[in-house]
Amino acid sequence: MIDAALIPKDVKRCSFPVFLLGISIVGAILIWGVYAMFLCWFKGLNQTNMNDSFGFALWIWADLAVIALGGGAFFSGFLKYILGKDELQSIINFAVLIGFICYSSALLILAIDIGQPLRGWFIFWHANVHSMLTEVAFCLSLYFCVLTIEVIPLVLENRKLDSVPFFHHLSHRMHEVMAIFAATGAFLSFFHQGSLGGVAGVLYGRPFGYREGIFIWPWTFFLFTWSAAACGPSFTLMLVKITEIISRKKLIKDNAVQLLAKISGWMLGTYMIAKIADTIYWAFKTAPSMGFRFMDFYTASPYHGLWIFILEICIGGLFPAYVFLTEKNRKTPWLLWSAVVCAVIGVSTNRWVMVLQVTAMPVLPFETWPLYIPSWQEVATTVLPVAYGIMTVALAHRYLPVFPHEKELNS
Amino acid sequence: MKESSVHENAKKYGMVINLDKCTGCGSCMVACMSENNIPFKADETNKLDSITWMRVYRLTNKEPFPKTEMCYLPRPCMHCGGKGDHGHSPCVSVCPATATDYDHKTGIVSQIYTRCFGCRYCMAACPYRARYFNWWDPVWPKEMESMLNPNVSPRMRGVVEKCSFCFHRYQLAMEKAYLEERRELEEHEYQTACTQACPSGAIVFGDLNNPSHKVHELKKHPNAFRLLERLQTNPKVYYISSREWVRRSGDNYLIGENKTSTK
Repeated sequence: MIDAALIPKDVKRCSFPVFLLGISIVGAILIWGVYAMFLCWFKGLNQTNMNDSFGFALWIWADLAVIALGGGAFFSGFLKYILGKDELQSIINFAVLIGFICYSSALLILAIDIGQPLRGWFIFWHANVHSMLTEVAFCLSLYFCVLTIEVIPLVLENRKLDSVPFFHHLSHRMHEVMAIFAATGAFLSFFHQGSLGGVAGVLYGRPFGYREGIFIWPWTFFLFTWSAAACGPSFTLMLVKITEIISRKKLIKDNAVQLLAKISGWMLGTYMIAKIADTIYWAFKTAPSMGFRFMDFYTASPYHGLWIFILEICIGGLFPAYVFLTEKNRKTPWLLWSAVVCAVIGVSTNRWVMVLQVTAMPVLPFETWPLYIPSWQEVATTVLPVAYGIMTVALAHRYLPVFPHEKELNS
Repeated sequence: MKESSVHENAKKYGMVINLDKCTGCGSCMVACMSENNIPFKADETNKLDSITWMRVYRLTNKEPFPKTEMCYLPRPCMHCGGKGDHGHSPCVSVCPATATDYDHKTGIVSQIYTRCFGCRYCMAACPYRARYFNWWDPVWPKEMESMLNPNVSPRMRGVVEKCSFCFHRYQLAMEKAYLEERRELEEHEYQTACTQACPSGAIVFGDLNNPSHKVHELKKHPNAFRLLERLQTNPKVYYISSREWVRRSGDNYLIGENKTSTK
């Protein structure tokens, strides 16, 4: 193979032309997304179907969803480096890589979503300390820097780069201090996942999103962090499975999968108790104090019917929590992987509800709830990070030792 | 002294709109657009992406004919004082770049167009949908460009804008007062464009804290109400209507709940 010198030792990879073909297909989608992105930058957000009622739309949902799903990185890092769960050695590189992809995507989406992208730095320069979005911007940017530092040693482990003594030693030394970055990442993640929850929770003019809380933090602050830690690992597991299916290899040890699923189960189970308690308090106390019944939020539009509540709580929350928490079910492959997919759907639905539904729902009694269908430019720019993610995973899997136990599991 | 405590004794500009007098003619909307250089599109039928700082809603009592009644409700920015009236308006507190601010000397919520970077979080926070995003660059017909108001800067694509209670008029009036070595304005010296344009005199504007201004008494009218009072946004726009169903249309109520029981 033309690129044999770059591929890790003793592992099998598909031929270069086959790899190139796959990359080209994804690359074509990526170019489509980049074209749409430039349309939005040069012609403005009139290229989208967003409007004054749906000012937060598909992108912002995708942004919050990838950040929640990228939560697997900080939580796996916390378990591995801080709590010493060495079984996760098998998956930690991949979790960090996915986190890096998710967070870089989130920053890109934000750069497209704002009306004046060249003024994006104003959020740091003219920072309003009372705004949850300011906290998001600072923590998100800093955590992306931490993730970049966490990814560097993996890149330096490429066979060719590793043969340079300086890179070899740098990578080794960085591994030694990785616990510090994992701890920093966990700290920053706690705040930015939380402040993303706070974005909707502090809106006291929006009864659907508003929540009481403790000090300056609404309950959604804690629920968002909790749900990201609970469901992020599911996304990492889901992507490992997809990579295993495509590469037709076993990539991580079963004990890593089982341990991560079990810990996710506890996180998801306790999260569901907190989420249901929060929903009950909001439905019976907060919303009525503003003149709304629980069902007002779910019957005004079929677009946002009760089905979305069932999807989020029952299918995307209670079912995966039950499967992850029971050993017999957890060890049944089809149930385990169904639960993994449902957890990903659940947290993504939660972000949809807490972003789009909150702001689209009319509060004035004589206002209406409009319908929103994204334009192709919005779809293309949302697909863009997905294509970028697939391409990055494909390149990393081919040229970097992402899965340290691959050789052992496939010999 | 803290700014919030100063606000108790400072000016608090606001409006009282008598809905019994409003005919829904739309003069206030036209005057507002003209005064504030509000851009418009060739086709303004889609109200979800067109800009109307002052918007007139048509309300009905939802009764079948012949009991059908209608009411027109003009809705500018409410210039909310926020919870406790400390200036933490829903939009001001969330703007990440401090591009919208609460002026404790006048109670007016400003928008700094050159600082706004278009995140639209303020729009999400506003329950009155009084904030508008510039989806397009503003373009006026060639002949109209010479008629633009030189005291109001046009806004560029990608930023949020909203009613300013014609703040430029306040600035001009204050400049004139300073030249005349005065520090206080007479009621007539600072009036919004919509107030002056209303042919039926439905809109009254002034300092809600000043007993010599008409709005000071009008806001105490037994039929006066504000929109979405239960959210504690503390709007500075009051409405008056003799009709119970109109007053109830200003807020959300649970079934069987009456307005007085919720206060």
